[in-house]
Amino acid sequence: MSKRLFVLVSLVIATSMVLAACGGGGAASAKTLKIVSSLPMTGSSLTQTQTIVNAEELRLAQANNQACGGKYALSYEAWDDASAAQGQWDPAVETSNGNKAAADPSIIAYLGTFNSGAAKLSIPILDQAGPLVMISPANTYPGLTKPGYGPGEPDVYYPAGIRNYARVVTADDVQGKVDANFMSSQLGVKSVYILDDQQLYGKGVADVFEATAKSLGMTVLGHDGIDTKAADYKALMTKISTSNNGNPPDAIFVGMVIDSNATQLLKDKVAIMGDNTKVKFMGPDGIQTQAMIDGAGASVAEGIYASVAGLPFDKLTPAGQKFLTDYQAKYGKLTEPYAIYGYETMNVLLAAIESVCASGGDPSNRKAVRDAVFATKNFNGALGTWSFDANGDTSLTDMSIYQAQSGAYVAVGTFH
Amino acid sequence: MSDQTKTVLRRTLIAFVALYIVFLVGPTAGFDVPAIAKQIQAGPIQLIQFLIVGISNGAILAIIALGYTMVYGIIELINFAHGDLYMWGVFSSLTILSLTGTLTTNNPTHLIWGIAVALVFAVVFCASVNVVIERLAYRHLRHSGRLAPLISAIGMSFTLENLGLIWAQQSWLVPSFGTTGGASQKDYPDLLSRLFQGLGYNVNLLASTGIGLRFTIKDLLVIVIAAVLMIGLRLFIQNTTLGKAMRATAQSHDAARMMGIDIDRVISATFLIGGGLAGAAGLMDGLYNGTAWWFMGFRVGLFAFTAAVLGGIGNITGAMAGGFIIGLMASFSDGYLNARWTEAWIFAVLVLILTLKPTGLFGEQVGEKA
Repeated sequence: MSKRLFVLVSLVIATSMVLAACGGGGAASAKTLKIVSSLPMTGSSLTQTQTIVNAEELRLAQANNQACGGKYALSYEAWDDASAAQGQWDPAVETSNGNKAAADPSIIAYLGTFNSGAAKLSIPILDQAGPLVMISPANTYPGLTKPGYGPGEPDVYYPAGIRNYARVVTADDVQGKVDANFMSSQLGVKSVYILDDQQLYGKGVADVFEATAKSLGMTVLGHDGIDTKAADYKALMTKISTSNNGNPPDAIFVGMVIDSNATQLLKDKVAIMGDNTKVKFMGPDGIQTQAMIDGAGASVAEGIYASVAGLPFDKLTPAGQKFLTDYQAKYGKLTEPYAIYGYETMNVLLAAIESVCASGGDPSNRKAVRDAVFATKNFNGALGTWSFDANGDTSLTDMSIYQAQSGAYVAVGTFH
Repeated sequence: MSDQTKTVLRRTLIAFVALYIVFLVGPTAGFDVPAIAKQIQAGPIQLIQFLIVGISNGAILAIIALGYTMVYGIIELINFAHGDLYMWGVFSSLTILSLTGTLTTNNPTHLIWGIAVALVFAVVFCASVNVVIERLAYRHLRHSGRLAPLISAIGMSFTLENLGLIWAQQSWLVPSFGTTGGASQKDYPDLLSRLFQGLGYNVNLLASTGIGLRFTIKDLLVIVIAAVLMIGLRLFIQNTTLGKAMRATAQSHDAARMMGIDIDRVISATFLIGGGLAGAAGLMDGLYNGTAWWFMGFRVGLFAFTAAVLGGIGNITGAMAGGFIIGLMASFSDGYLNARWTEAWIFAVLVLILTLKPTGLFGEQVGEKA
């Protein structure tokens, strides 16, 4: 090492040590509780996840980033669980996020995930780390919390024998049913072709939809998984266009998220079978995002349906309306449906931290925070008044159906 | 027993095992012969429809495969960045279409010149980018063995993808990108249909026959442009001085240099042509399938590379044939088997063909130095 380089390196090290000492001294006045979120922030879902992160930051700012009357400082980091190579959430990244959170004792809550398949990986890791409580704003696959879906579910996700996972959003056992009922009773659909993206969430909601559709007497003409990175789906759509005894089906239901090439699928559907009045097109909350309409083009997307848990903006309670006003004042117009769920995850977590303090407990203890979150009853939040049940599921069951009209999703009804 | 007989016997055995496996696991993957027979019987017209879809998609793949095969033929490099260059073709043409106001017009004359300008720009742009990539990332590594340029190519691929991601955020260039971030699929409007409807024609050229077949103006254009490009390229390689120099360089760099050929110039020209083809393919795919997406080059690149290997790497006729074969297989698998198994079927066929004929269907054409 040359002399000059040595001097330079020593200077850098010395400076950084001084800075580190200052930093440590400044933060010592209040103990810091760290909260992280793990959401796909590389990929089409970013449209939705950015609003979730905004809403979580908004709730923190409202609490002045502190809890228990200033005894604790709150810090928040938004982690990305997607990778550019996958173009959507990446199992490797989600697992590493889970391990990172488990290993950092200052983290007291993990807000995520967005995709049910990702939750499947991090729940067991965090369950054995305290357990560290996990609150999801968006996972809807029922088997994460309820028995009767996959083999061994849900116990297989909780190796520590204690539940650590709760969600503020209504699961797909409700969504799939509501979608099938809506198609049958409101749209008069008799025959339907089902496609899914072969993911836990997409296939899960498509399966519930299929079972309900059959029980309602609809003809299910087929249920295929698609290749989510294909350049086009013209051959598949050609096949579907004659699947109903030589005619197209009354409707197509797609169980997928926007990242799974949903816009290309819709484009090819419209190219082969015409606009969405003749052959209806419907999907779950994974396609209820402005990116779906922008990506397909407003004229192609015109008339498609998408469902999402909760009430439309204009039907929200006063607390919900206040959230909307606050959000729009800080970040501009909100069209995405998941922001309010992001807000509610932070909301219910902060309430749990306060209740730990109120009962004389220590909110830096993961188990104490977990117990307080699961004890949430009749919580008066932005989504209304609701409770967590023993499984960590919300008591809310409202589902709203939206239709794309002139380039934006418009609510057309709310069902249970 | 002679070696040749042994080889034949071994390959026959492999073929039998492969067929056995296909029939054993086939039904799971949608290979259900009675059901397929029933479907064909119920709609024989559909068979032709799948053929049309397959050929059109295959034409685009074939043009991209040419870029892979030309580069491999001349410097034995798998240019991983080529698929992403095609994605840049999609984005650059879309940007020009937006800047010239073509995206929002219904005026047929405006549409025609807008598309023409976009085509020229995409070709020139991608050709230049490809030459620059070769100059910056590959030329210095030409004598560093095979792995160094390969890794450099993977790096270029990621670079182009991530720049594409940034490109897709620039809604001041293309307003229809919207404000939803660069990662989502972007709309590439169906300008050809708009043009034809504007001129008073039906987009489906076979609509008047009433047999329920769709052969649109888009299918026709894609196939015609692909055919013209391929025939032109073949004539160019066979008959021009530069084409001859390319073939000479492919056979042996040293011998070509001794004959007074400027190898660097010839290799640059190869990248120039390959890049131009990728640009043209980008515009065609945008107009045909209607989506611009930063990650779209990966899958198409993989299929195009597979097509090049299937036909015999370095072999131009082989690359074209490989493109059409993969397009058709994908279309028939989507239509008659099961869409989720399409990739598996394509690569199963690739494995089978390469086991039986390792040099590809039409034989490799690379230098003898290896």
